[in-house]
Amino acid sequence: MLAEPAALEAAPVTRHLPSALVARTAPAGLWSQAFRRLLRARLAVASGIALVLLILLAIFAPFVTPYDYTAQDYGALTQPPSQTHWLGTDDLGRDILSRLIVGARISLAVGLVVQAVILLIGVPAGLIAAHFGGKIDTVIMRTVDALYSIPSLLFVIVIMTFLRATLATAHSGFTQALAALDTQSGGLIGIFIGLGLINWMPAARLVRGQAASLKEKEFVEAARGVGATDGRIMAQHLLPNVVPIIVVTATIGIPQAIIYEAGISFLGLGARPPMPSWGLMIAEAIPNLRSYPYMLVSPAIALSLTVLAFNISRRRSPRCPRSLDGTVVHGRQAGCAVNTRRSGG
Amino acid sequence: MRTAFIIRRVLALIPTLLLIYSLTFFLMHSTPGGPWDSSEKPIPADVQERLKAAYGLDKPLWQQYTDFLSKAVRGDLGPSYVQRSRSVSDIIGETFPVSLQLAAAAMLIATLIGIPLGILSAVRHNGPLDYLATFISIGGISTPPYVVTSLLVLLLASKLHWVPTSGWDGIWSSKAIIPAVSLALYPMAVLARYTRSSLLDVLRTDYMRTARSKGLGEQAVLVGHALRNAMLPVITIAGIVIADIATGSFFVETIYQVPGVGRYFVQSISGRDYPVIIGTVLLLGLAVSVSNLVVDLVYPLLDPRIGSGR
Repeated sequence: MLAEPAALEAAPVTRHLPSALVARTAPAGLWSQAFRRLLRARLAVASGIALVLLILLAIFAPFVTPYDYTAQDYGALTQPPSQTHWLGTDDLGRDILSRLIVGARISLAVGLVVQAVILLIGVPAGLIAAHFGGKIDTVIMRTVDALYSIPSLLFVIVIMTFLRATLATAHSGFTQALAALDTQSGGLIGIFIGLGLINWMPAARLVRGQAASLKEKEFVEAARGVGATDGRIMAQHLLPNVVPIIVVTATIGIPQAIIYEAGISFLGLGARPPMPSWGLMIAEAIPNLRSYPYMLVSPAIALSLTVLAFNISRRRSPRCPRSLDGTVVHGRQAGCAVNTRRSGG
Repeated sequence: MRTAFIIRRVLALIPTLLLIYSLTFFLMHSTPGGPWDSSEKPIPADVQERLKAAYGLDKPLWQQYTDFLSKAVRGDLGPSYVQRSRSVSDIIGETFPVSLQLAAAAMLIATLIGIPLGILSAVRHNGPLDYLATFISIGGISTPPYVVTSLLVLLLASKLHWVPTSGWDGIWSSKAIIPAVSLALYPMAVLARYTRSSLLDVLRTDYMRTARSKGLGEQAVLVGHALRNAMLPVITIAGIVIADIATGSFFVETIYQVPGVGRYFVQSISGRDYPVIIGTVLLLGLAVSVSNLVVDLVYPLLDPRIGSGR
């Protein structure tokens, strides 16, 4: 009795298809469905475990690395992977494995902090726009739209150039303090600020959309009737209800931030040597591609696998509920990915 | 009525471009360190003064702003600071077609492989092909272009010697293979996923059932009805795809030494070549905005449900 509905559910589409197309997809039996479900679950679980391992690795990096990531061993320059150096050494004699592990720390830190900055800017912007509506809403949303139409990487590059140069020639106390912090962190503070400034727009949009739809609900009216101030309404009533959207945005944003950081480090605008950002390691490996290819392989695979793990394990943004004639029912209010057409890859 | 809408949308480009220009201009000119800081010999102060005067850098900032803008509108972006004998427009004129060819090739590959992949995945929903395709898509989305390019160069050029390791000989040479393919990977993955989910949604609808019950052959159903409707949302992401190709070209061209706008842009960053930086940003911003506009205009033509009441 359990088999019937399951079988129907598994092949709603293939039922109607021409035999030529259906031929390979045999009627979904119970075993193959179970297998598929197991596979899918296993994949998600596997990537989840991979991520947890990564996080642990990042946290305990200093205790795990076999060598100090800055230690240069001039007697062992550009060694291929061996017993003593599992992933080999780079052109300054530094152990690649250790640098890779510290790189994990950098990537995760960037992912999290940048996302925090984005939310810090974007969520209030969205809430304010939604709550006050009218002119303020128009102004904020127009700014968001205008900034949105600039391809983000382009702008990241421009802003990072500006930031780097400003921090390098800091005069006033504030910028000097910032610059010192930046150098100490190997260029990370600059990355946090730069990436955060560029990518807050999607979060603001989503929050505003969600909050705007909530604005009409009764509890907001009730709160206002009781005399709640604007701030209170936004913080205590609207905010908790936009949290699901925020979570979804964050899970997409973290791997995005990691890719961005690697990208700008690759271009020399991000992490500064000797910080072993994976992007920087890839950049350093490219001139040596022909002679020492292993220098490239480790950071490249590490980067791809990390982002892959994030992309597999996060809950896929729910497909928009549609009525049977194909029109989208709730659209953006449901937090689904309906019309995400925008530039700025 | 429609023309008014079109005109309004075209005019809306202007404030956006103005904003891009202003932000870039302000940022570039606030960046400490002038264009001559990176030359090998330190330039004596009075020579610097005269250079600045010659390039108009000694005028007040607002005047530089308007001067540059009025010239840019006419297509004159001024001389490059680094390659001093050539004007920016000339250099862009040389490099842009290269990037354009590469982008077109990448777009072609992405579409020719990505969309059929998506269609097949949807049609054989949950089959092994679907999983493979999904895995490839997610992999493609997760791998940044410079990783792809470097790995491809490593594999195909260094190890297997199938293609040269760098350079550019025009779009029809073997040197274009790695850049085009690396540039195409991400858009291909995105297109495959979107096509798949869009087609899946369409195949479940009522009107599909109507089409079948009308007695149409399955092929006709698929091609005539399902695909046409499924392609609509896919078109909306064309803008994203184009932007991705544009930004991906920075990395791909730099690694593979392709003389395109992307590489030129990256070089101008470290050289502090302001006119080039501003010019490239404007150009790319314009290209992306225009393609978004075209998508916006074309979409209602294809989907009559979207009225002209925008």
